[in-house]
Amino acid sequence: MTDASVSTLKGPSGPKPRRVFSSTNIMIYGTLLVVCLYYLLPLYVMIVTSLKGMPEIRMGNIFSPPVEVTYEPWVKAWAEACTGINCDGLSRGFWNSVWILVPSVFLSIAIASVNGYALANWKFKGSEVFFTILIFGAFIPYQVMIYPIVILLRESGDGITNIIRLFDSDASKFRLMGSVWGLVIVHTIFGMPILTLLFRNYFTSVPEELFKAARVDGAGFWGIYFQIMLPMSLPIFVVAMILQVTGIWNDFLFGVIYTKPDTYPMTVQLNNIVNSVQGVKEYNVNMAATLLTGLVPLVIYFASGKLFVRGIAAGAVKG
Amino acid sequence: MANSVEIKNLDLSFGSIEVLKDLNLDIAEGEFLVLLGSSGCGKSTLLNCIAGLLEVTDGQIFIKGKNVTWAEPSDRGIGMVFQSYALYPQMTVKGNLSFGLKNAKVPKAEIEERVARAAEILQIEPLLSRKPSALSGGQRQRVAIGRALVRDVEVLLFDEPPSNLDAKLRLYLRVEIKRLHQQLKNTMIYVTHDQIEAMTLADRIAIMRDGKIMQLGSPAEIYDFPMNKYVADFIGSPSMNFSQGEIKDNCFTVGDHKIPLKNYSAKTKLNEGQSVWIGIRPEHVVVSEAIEKADYKSTVTADIVEPMGADTLVWTEFAGQPFRIRLDGKFPIASGQELPIGINASTVSLFDLQSEERL
Repeated sequence: MTDASVSTLKGPSGPKPRRVFSSTNIMIYGTLLVVCLYYLLPLYVMIVTSLKGMPEIRMGNIFSPPVEVTYEPWVKAWAEACTGINCDGLSRGFWNSVWILVPSVFLSIAIASVNGYALANWKFKGSEVFFTILIFGAFIPYQVMIYPIVILLRESGDGITNIIRLFDSDASKFRLMGSVWGLVIVHTIFGMPILTLLFRNYFTSVPEELFKAARVDGAGFWGIYFQIMLPMSLPIFVVAMILQVTGIWNDFLFGVIYTKPDTYPMTVQLNNIVNSVQGVKEYNVNMAATLLTGLVPLVIYFASGKLFVRGIAAGAVKG
Repeated sequence: MANSVEIKNLDLSFGSIEVLKDLNLDIAEGEFLVLLGSSGCGKSTLLNCIAGLLEVTDGQIFIKGKNVTWAEPSDRGIGMVFQSYALYPQMTVKGNLSFGLKNAKVPKAEIEERVARAAEILQIEPLLSRKPSALSGGQRQRVAIGRALVRDVEVLLFDEPPSNLDAKLRLYLRVEIKRLHQQLKNTMIYVTHDQIEAMTLADRIAIMRDGKIMQLGSPAEIYDFPMNKYVADFIGSPSMNFSQGEIKDNCFTVGDHKIPLKNYSAKTKLNEGQSVWIGIRPEHVVVSEAIEKADYKSTVTADIVEPMGADTLVWTEFAGQPFRIRLDGKFPIASGQELPIGINASTVSLFDLQSEERL
C-alpha cells in the first residue's frame, strides 16, 4: 500500500511543465514581432515626419526622430492647407464627412436591421429569392453602377424640384447630385446587401420560439422588433456601426464623384492636399493630414476591438 | 360537456409534403389532452396550428364555438408554453408576465391584479423582479405558464418540455402541471413524445403517426385495448412482444404453441386460418402460482436478466421470437434458468397481419 503511494508521488503529477523558450515559441513570437514591425514602420515614419520642420525633412533621415518637435504641420493641415480656392484646411472636409457619416450610418442600419428582421422572421412568398438578389448585389463591382447612379441622382433631383415648385414656384433648384444627401442615399443603398446579411443571420440565430411567444402575446411586426429583437441584439448593432463608420469614412470614390468641392468629404480633400502639384511638397503637412483623416476609424477600432470580434463571431455562429 | 376545441378536416402541407391529413379532433371543456407520437409525426405542427402560428392548408379550427381559423394567435383565447419556455431575456419576470396584457391595452391596475394572481397561483411572487437568466429550470417553467395564465385564456397549450432536463426535474414539472390542471380546470393540450408523461397527465391521449391520429382514448383504453399494432408497440416500456401465427380451432397457433382464445373479447369475428399478430405485454406474462389459472402454460429459458430495482426484465425466446417478461424485482431468477410462464387470453391483443388493425 505504502509502496504504491510512493511510486505515484514520483511519477508526473499536476500540470505538465512548459518551457517558455521552446523552439515553437521562438518561431511564433519571432514571426509575430517581425510582422508587427513591418506594419508599424510606416506609421512610425508618418508620425515622426509630421513632427519635423521642412528643413529637417530635407536632410533625408526619414527614420530619425525629430530634433526639434513642431506641431506647426498639424495646425496647418487642420486649418490652413489649401485645396483649390479654399484655404481652411481639412476641417471643412472633416465636418462634411461627419454630416455624410451620421445620417448614412443611421439610415443604413435602421433599414438593414428591419430588412434582416423581416427576412429572418416574417418569411413571405419569394422572400428567399428577394434575399438572394439582395446578396447578389454584394458581388457586383460597384464601379459598374457609378454612371447609372449619376443619372438617377440628377433626374430624381429634378423630379423633386418639380414637386416643390408645385407649391412654391420660386423655389430654387433642388439637387441630389453634388449634395451631401445624394451621397447619403448612395452609401445607404450600398451598405444594404452586407448589412442585411449580417442582421438576417443574427436574427435567425435568435430562438424562433421567442418570436412565436411574442406573437401569442399579441405583439405585431414593430412591437416584436422594438421590444423583443432590438434589446437582444445590441452587439450586432455595434458591429454594423463599426463596419459602416469605417467604410463610409474611408470612402473616396463615391465622395469624389457625387459631391462637389464645397461638400467633398475628408478623404477627397486629403487627396487634393497631398496630390496638389503646385508649390513645395510639404511632407510634414501631408503626413499630419493623413493621420488626421485616419484618426476616426483608428479610434473606432481601438475603442471597440473586442466588441467587433465578438459581434463578428456572434453573427457567424448560425445562418 | 361542451367542446372547447374542435378541429375539422384539418390539412397542412409544406409544399408537396403533407404534414397533417384530414385531421378531426374534439376536445371537451376542462379536458387534459395529450398529443403523443414519435418525432416528425406532426404533433407539434398540430399544436402550432391550434395556436395560429402556422397557416392551415385546409379545414377549420374552432375554439369555444368560435371559428378561429383565420384569427391572429393573440385573438384565439389560447396561452402557450413553449418547449424552451421562450422567456424574453431582457425583461424581468413581471415584464414577461405583463407583456401580453400591455399589448392588449389592458388598464394598468388590472395588469397588476392579474399578474399578482398568477404569481400567487404559481408561487413566483418573490421572483417578480428577477431576470429569466437568474431563474432555475423549474422556476422558468412556472413563469412560462404564468405568462399563459395572466391572459385568462380558455385553452393552454404546452409544447413538449425539453428532453435535456434531468429526469428528476422532469418528474417534478410533470407533477406541477398535473396539480395546476386540477386547480384551474382549464382545457389543456400537451405535446410530448414521452409515453410515461402522456399516461400520467392525460384524460385522453391522441397517438399520432404521419399526420394522422391512430387512436384517441383514455390512457387505460390505449394501454389495454390498442386499436392497431403501431399503438400497441408504441405504448408500454418495455414494449409489447409480438408473434406471428394463425387462428385454428379458436386458438392462436404458432409452432407447437396453441393459446386458447375463449377468454379473448374480439371486436370482429375471428376467421379460421386467419394470419394474425399476437401482442403480449411483458408485464402480463404470469409466473408462480397464477400459472395454474392461466389459459396457456409454457416454459422458457431466461437468456439475459436485467434487474431494475422494482422490476426485473427477463429476455427469453418464445416460438422462435425474442420475448421479454417483466417480473417483480424480488422474483428469484438467474440467467440460464428455466421459467414456467402462463398467458391469459384476456390480456393479449390480436391484430390482422395485413391491416394491423385490432381484431
